[in-house]
Amino acid sequence: MDSYCVGSWSGRLTIQCGDGGAEKGTALVKRKCDKCDKAATHHSVEIINGEKIEKHLCDQHAAEEGISIKTVQAPINELLSNFVKLQGGQPEEVDQGDESVTGPTADASEMEVKAGFACPECGLTFAQFREKSLLGCPECYKAFERQLCSLLERAHEGGVHHIGKVPVRAGADENRQSQLMRMRKRLDEAVNSEDYELAARLRDDIRTFEESAE
Amino acid sequence: MNINKMTDHAGEWLRGSGPHHDIVISSRIRLARNIAGFPFVNRANVRQQHEVLALCHEHIVEQKLDDDVLWIDLRDSPQLDRELLVERHLISKQHAGSNNELPRAVAVGVDETFAIMINEEDHLRMQVLRSGLQLTEAFSHINHLDDVLESKLNYAYSQRFGYLTACPTNVGTGIRVSVMLHLPALKLTGEIEKVRRAARDMHLAVRGLFGEGSEAIGDLYQISNQSTLGKSEMEILADFETTVVPQIIAYEKQARQALLQQRPEQLDDKIYRALAILKHARMMGTEEVLQLLSHLRLGVNLGRINKIDMKTVNDLFLLTQPAHLQRITGRSMDPVERRAERAAMIRARLKGCEL
Ligand SMILES: [Zn+2]
Ligand SMILES: [Zn+2]
Repeated sequence: MDSYCVGSWSGRLTIQCGDGGAEKGTALVKRKCDKCDKAATHHSVEIINGEKIEKHLCDQHAAEEGISIKTVQAPINELLSNFVKLQGGQPEEVDQGDESVTGPTADASEMEVKAGFACPECGLTFAQFREKSLLGCPECYKAFERQLCSLLERAHEGGVHHIGKVPVRAGADENRQSQLMRMRKRLDEAVNSEDYELAARLRDDIRTFEESAE
Repeated sequence: MNINKMTDHAGEWLRGSGPHHDIVISSRIRLARNIAGFPFVNRANVRQQHEVLALCHEHIVEQKLDDDVLWIDLRDSPQLDRELLVERHLISKQHAGSNNELPRAVAVGVDETFAIMINEEDHLRMQVLRSGLQLTEAFSHINHLDDVLESKLNYAYSQRFGYLTACPTNVGTGIRVSVMLHLPALKLTGEIEKVRRAARDMHLAVRGLFGEGSEAIGDLYQISNQSTLGKSEMEILADFETTVVPQIIAYEKQARQALLQQRPEQLDDKIYRALAILKHARMMGTEEVLQLLSHLRLGVNLGRINKIDMKTVNDLFLLTQPAHLQRITGRSMDPVERRAERAAMIRARLKGCEL
């Protein structure tokens, strides 16, 4: 089985061409193994600090070097839906489960208790989140913090804490954000109950509050 | 500015200029933002959605975020206009939607270098587009737009999770950096799967011309970051600009050289067959055209064809898309009519170039 490799790749990653996946007749480079006379089936080029390190190995020597083809990573949305499915299970099954079990099962049943639990602000349940993969409001991040953390860790290559831009404005102040949420909720209720006088007043309050940066 | 004028020329992302434009079609940066005090779009009621729309209109249009902004209310735009905006990469398919009840809009910069979708998945989805590899420039533009809006609107933000978004896969910086790459030689040499695999290993998404789920037609591949939490905007950008993109460019160039040196006849055959079909066919589908244009573009880039300029090829990538085609001819057509019209338009545009 022939396999081919073109060129260079990164410091962080290596293109390994050991699968013979390239179409026949597209050979650009053919090589012998670096360590014996057999045909090389695994090729890799790494650039580390500007220095190019090429390796061409046969199956046996590649195995000795611990080189293997990485498995393809699932796209993020798949990851998310698989993850929430995994965390969720089937609510009916868990209902009959014993609450006192320990280990991972205890975790799962705790998730199920959480599944019925709703965000106090927007009313979204974990089960609903699982269904659409969308959160309902900023408060959901607090309400589902525990479950989200492990999901975020997987979805963002281990990242669980924000690093980067911070809004200059009061936007960074979480108390203000919660207060805005409460004010807008009252406004919504006022409009619903057709109390337009109160609604107008609340609207003005919100405007003043929003414009009073810091 | 007027949406009718858009069909005259290709948008920013197909301008065919900018660094490395032979391989990098466009650079795009998107930021997802939500306004504090409102539920996210999917849980906001219609009144709240209206309020978000009004707030954004105020700060983008009334208070002049930019000198010339076209505000397009998508509820009352014709279907064809919305499709045109999708083809020009100014709104997503989801945002074009079909539900005319949902209050939503897009603010488009006069030169189409930026667009802000309102009430898509998040309250605000802003994007800046540049042709060629211009990520730093694109970032400074979008960062400026974000700063201006941020000085007027309270964004939903948490110390721990950063900018809060409806989907947790966007939380943190809310940034999505994408480059659209034209990789015909890697496709022809069968090396493209390695790029796909390598990109996935680096936690990057590889998509086609029209984003999520779309096939890589016309050898156009969109590569974007997937992680938005735990890395700064600058780190994400630097990854792209100094590592990912230059390496793919080098890899594609190597493949082009290999083709030129090792199989020039086969290469020319691909290019000239593409040109012959484009110049003479009577019925053409979108995908077929994109594939042929891809080979033609490679031929022009490698200097194998001199009688066609890049601009003509780039324009055709866009103008042969269904909504553009119908806009230009000024009437709506069924798919069969479109195939004939598309072939006619291409013949007309390529008439000057003799083989
Ligand atoms: Zn060996
Ligand atoms: Zn919520």
